[in-house]
Amino acid sequence: MIQINNVSKWYGDFQVLADCSTSVKKGDVVVVCGPSGSGKSTLIKAINGLEPFQQGDIMVDGISVGDPKTNLSKLRSRVGMVFQNFELFPHMTVTQNLTIAQIKVLGRSEAEALEKGLKYLDRVGLISQKDKFPGQLSGGQQQRVAIARGLAMDPICMLFDEPTSALDPEMVGEVLDVMVKLAQEGMTMMCVTHEMGFARKVSNRVIFMDEGRIVEDCAKEDFFGNPDARSERAKNFLSKILAH
Amino acid sequence: MFANFDFNVIERSWRYLFFDGMAFTLKLTLLAMLGGIVVGTLLAMCRLSSFKPLALVAGGYVNLVRSIPLVLVIFWFYFLVPYIGAWLIGANEPVHVGAFSSSLITFVMFEACYYCEIMRAGIQSVSRGQVSAGHALGLNYWQTMGHIVLPQAFRNMAPVLLTQTVVLFQDVSLVYVLSITDFVGAASKVAQRDGRLVEMYLFVALVYFVLCYALSSLVKRLEHRIAIIR
Repeated sequence: MIQINNVSKWYGDFQVLADCSTSVKKGDVVVVCGPSGSGKSTLIKAINGLEPFQQGDIMVDGISVGDPKTNLSKLRSRVGMVFQNFELFPHMTVTQNLTIAQIKVLGRSEAEALEKGLKYLDRVGLISQKDKFPGQLSGGQQQRVAIARGLAMDPICMLFDEPTSALDPEMVGEVLDVMVKLAQEGMTMMCVTHEMGFARKVSNRVIFMDEGRIVEDCAKEDFFGNPDARSERAKNFLSKILAH
Repeated sequence: MFANFDFNVIERSWRYLFFDGMAFTLKLTLLAMLGGIVVGTLLAMCRLSSFKPLALVAGGYVNLVRSIPLVLVIFWFYFLVPYIGAWLIGANEPVHVGAFSSSLITFVMFEACYYCEIMRAGIQSVSRGQVSAGHALGLNYWQTMGHIVLPQAFRNMAPVLLTQTVVLFQDVSLVYVLSITDFVGAASKVAQRDGRLVEMYLFVALVYFVLCYALSSLVKRLEHRIAIIR
């Protein structure tokens, strides 16, 4: 479903992605981890064209992201994204947040968009908040609304960029629960996260990045279960984080 | 101290002062504010565009007009607009443009530069993440601008926009150079006819003070009502 082929990206002289290649099949739940500055967020944002790249190509459901002739707007409407800082639209109610893209991009009627939006809002357990403004919600609630907003577009896959990094520890659980349910329902997910517990429980593959390169790209069982077979860098990383 | 002043002059001429003078001032202020904000917002979008030639042209225009005193701009436009109009529509002779139309075009194009800088700050005050979120949902540039960025930019800059409008309201008095009668112009005519300069000008100052103060208070109330809960 997602094919990343030899992607490299530079910001001026600084290389932020170096020859990254991987693929994600339908139903895969891939966790991308690694130290800060390793390029994980950049890689995931490159998938839906939010970050342009200079070399290589990315294919999403057979459509090339790098091709200038591609209708990026249409492509992006099929790939859901959840951001670290939630990025709900603060001047709109929760309901309006959920329906605006459905109406403007997918061309659904207001009634249809409302029905879909509220259905997903209910799925994340926040139907009672439908008329509130984002500023009136807690971080965990905002992130769950953000997930519902992405789901309301009926995407083929969901990308998560450190969805719980900006949350209080107490709220991390409620968001992860939603993501676990989503994975169990068969959604294709690619998730940049530091939550290794989530990775162990729900993912089927782990990608480890360092300094713009994909250092490890293996099944979850191999990554966590067989640390000795992993590279030095990955072993180092695992020993530090699994100590918690 | 006020023994020799005849404030009846105000009572005798208030119809002329308000229904001719102030009506004109308010009309020009309102139209110039609306036109200026629309053109200013478009200019700001041009300045922030990734299409370099557009950004340079818009930036050049804004910087040029902001460097020139308004009274000079009013004169230039009064003489230039007929020629520009002729060039635009391909006529042989300069287009006849009345003093009001000329002053309206002048004020819109002049204030647009100031509103442009305000809106540019406003657009830049909306975080990049909001634009990313809009794009990630599939919204294109115009949809993101229109539904996500500009509403937030306006709310953020509303106090500053209205302050600029107060300045515009005061600047309108410069139309006297085109022999147009605004509120100050009307008061000036009455003062010279009746020989009551001090009374009239004191009255003008008082009226401006009351109106500007009221508008500034409105700005404060508006700030509270439209503030986005963060």
